[in-house]
Amino acid sequence: MSLVSIAELTYRYPGAVTPALDAVSLEVNAGEFVVLAGASGSGKSTLLRAVSGLVPHFYGGAFSGRVSVAGNDTREHGPGDLARDVGTLFQDPETQIVMGTVRAELAFAVENRGWRPAAVARAVEEAALALAVDGLLDRSTAELSGGELQRVALGATLAGRPAVVCLDEPTSQLDPVAGDELIGLLRRLNEDQDLTVILAEHRLERCLAAADRVIGMIEGRIEFDGAPIAFLEWALGTAPYLVTPGARLLSRVGLDPQPGVKAARAALRAARLLPEPQPIPDVEAVPGRSRRPWKRPKQVYALHFDGVWHELREGPVALRGLSFDVAQGERVALMGRNGAGKSTLLRHAAGLMKPTRGRIETSGRVALLLQNPTDYLVHDTVAQEAPAGALERFGVAALADRHPRDLSGGEKQRLALAIVIGDGNGGDGGADAEAGGAGVEEPAVLCLDEPTRGMDRAVKEDLVAILRTIGAAVIVATHDPEFAAAFADRVVLLADGAVIADGAASEVLCGGAYFATETARILGGAGGALLPEEGAALLARERVSA
Amino acid sequence: MTYRRRPSSLHAAAAGAALAWCAALALAVIVQTNPVVLGALVLSVLGAGALAGVRHEMCRALWLALVLALTICVINALVSRDGLTVIWRFGDLPILGQTNVTLEATAYGAVHGLQAAALVLLGALYSLAVDPDQVLVLFRRWSFRSALSATIATRMVPVLIRDSKRLADAQRCRPGAAPGRIQLMRATTSGVLDRALDVAAALEVRGYATAVPVSRRARRSWSRHDIGFSAAAAVVVVISVASRIAGWSAFTAYPVLRAPAGAREVAVGLVLALVALAPFADRRGVQT
Repeated sequence: MSLVSIAELTYRYPGAVTPALDAVSLEVNAGEFVVLAGASGSGKSTLLRAVSGLVPHFYGGAFSGRVSVAGNDTREHGPGDLARDVGTLFQDPETQIVMGTVRAELAFAVENRGWRPAAVARAVEEAALALAVDGLLDRSTAELSGGELQRVALGATLAGRPAVVCLDEPTSQLDPVAGDELIGLLRRLNEDQDLTVILAEHRLERCLAAADRVIGMIEGRIEFDGAPIAFLEWALGTAPYLVTPGARLLSRVGLDPQPGVKAARAALRAARLLPEPQPIPDVEAVPGRSRRPWKRPKQVYALHFDGVWHELREGPVALRGLSFDVAQGERVALMGRNGAGKSTLLRHAAGLMKPTRGRIETSGRVALLLQNPTDYLVHDTVAQEAPAGALERFGVAALADRHPRDLSGGEKQRLALAIVIGDGNGGDGGADAEAGGAGVEEPAVLCLDEPTRGMDRAVKEDLVAILRTIGAAVIVATHDPEFAAAFADRVVLLADGAVIADGAASEVLCGGAYFATETARILGGAGGALLPEEGAALLARERVSA
Repeated sequence: MTYRRRPSSLHAAAAGAALAWCAALALAVIVQTNPVVLGALVLSVLGAGALAGVRHEMCRALWLALVLALTICVINALVSRDGLTVIWRFGDLPILGQTNVTLEATAYGAVHGLQAAALVLLGALYSLAVDPDQVLVLFRRWSFRSALSATIATRMVPVLIRDSKRLADAQRCRPGAAPGRIQLMRATTSGVLDRALDVAAALEVRGYATAVPVSRRARRSWSRHDIGFSAAAAVVVVISVASRIAGWSAFTAYPVLRAPAGAREVAVGLVLALVALAPFADRRGVQT
């Protein structure tokens, strides 16, 4: 018998015209690791909410069909009842943590179920050990980093030993290291404890290798249901935006797509396109391991950091004597783990923070787009948020009469860009002077903090195209190596508030295991190829020369 | 100003004992009106803050407490018509009319200001040193939903503080004229609703709505700190009430000020302070 059984489910949110889920039927067996793939708005999150009972009990709306979890019909059992069998983890760890200490957080769900104190204590210890948060048990949840918070939230979800766990983009706020660790952890729990996992994720390259089964969703319907390899073959023909970089690389050289780096390498080796594994070379010999700061011919700098320190009062050092320049028109990706100092650097550049030591110089205005574009949206219509010229420039003029908060994630981001960049008229407010940003000068530097968080590939490509049209120097703090490779000329890797690598994107993104694109990892950094197209060209050249 | 585990005796005590100690001091502050005794109680609360490792936070709370105390003192001095010793004649003021400030009204306001300041400081110490999660566990047997709602409301505070900082930063990044206050308030309000919805969804999937009360809780052995703070709380209550009944710490403001500051009042204040601070002397096992 299936653990999760969905029959002809159609669901429409209150006030919505089109259904979020349209005649969805699905069976998930115990112990399966299922990945939900699809663009933003395809119904992945709604499907997870239906399994956890939040749809329709919490969100309301029109619900038809039947969802059964561990034999419980969700029309009769709400999320509270289903919590015994279903654990749910959302995207934002901050709003999922409700208690003051990690121990209390892990105990919360099982205490709600009336477990005896001894059983609660045991569940807490086991969840803490499984997720390696045992060292944090008596820490305040307010002190935890994003990665730690997400682990604790997952621990709280798993403490009651649910049969199935639903995860809605749990890695979107995590750096590549923490994201990979979380997926590895889920796979281990799936294998060790027979935990059924249903995971919605945009960065498929991160999780397809761990999956038993992939469900492809388009506009609220299940369009594909099968094994990861079959999914990639289907996506190549039907939904190219869901194809992983590794699969694109393989298809470009005429091979069947494979999920994950290991399988892709094996396929290339079998086709004699990649040499057999060699002993790991000395660090000095690894291409792209940049040991000296990025040197380039003398240029006019748009932004200059000179020995900048930021030492928090009674806290850690956020920036450690950072010296770094950005030339006019240069495109720079800032990468590093959560807490490495990326956001702090951008805030200093924009003047939101002052260095405790050191100096920052800019050649003009610095525009900063923070992580959440919704924070910029305070008016009733799009037209009131930014001048008409800026709306036109960023392709949101057609939405002028809409309420800003009703826009999609990508539209909100373009509107926020229009707000921070303005119309670039330099002092001529014009007819729409009342809209913020009218008549402001074009920025010399545009900084974006995690602009691809929770975005699907289409929106990311759209953003890359927009950023290419901007003449200012652009600095993007990102956890997404694929986006960095597509956008940046140069990549700066930060750790503990200091620059640890600074070089051309083709050097820095080829040299590591985590801060590297999937193509670079498959090819072992050969030839500085970062994107599937570059990798395929490299393999074709080598095939010809061989 | 939120709870964080620190190596102190108050943090090491169970929430019930720490809560009882705070409540006993609050009771003492309410029943005692003699300025000498109240001063001793304020100093004990500040001393307890220092001994609990929250000196900086208590200093910030002290500013708020002093402003509140001063406000109460000034308002009472201006509006009260009681007291015989006039120390300042303002004459005929708009709204207030004929205004004479008396020594008695000023002293009465100062005493109530001191009480308010002591309660503010105690509230701050409670927030900083008593684990709200343990308080929730303590109260869930009697009123689970009320206790949980109160705790969740407390949890929303840091989330909303972070959100408002983010919104303020985003508005600082906007070129040109800043949006009006009303627009910002509306944006903040809708953000709060979104956040509250997210937190509510998280609570739903953790089984909050169908929570089962714990039928039988395990008996936790009393630690030396639990015993110390509970005993101190009991003694503080007994001394406060007894001294009030016996008239050892008398204070009357009207019609003529009588605020004795003799050996008896000093002794009551000193004993209360020593008893309140005594449990902090034992620092064994403070990191448990």
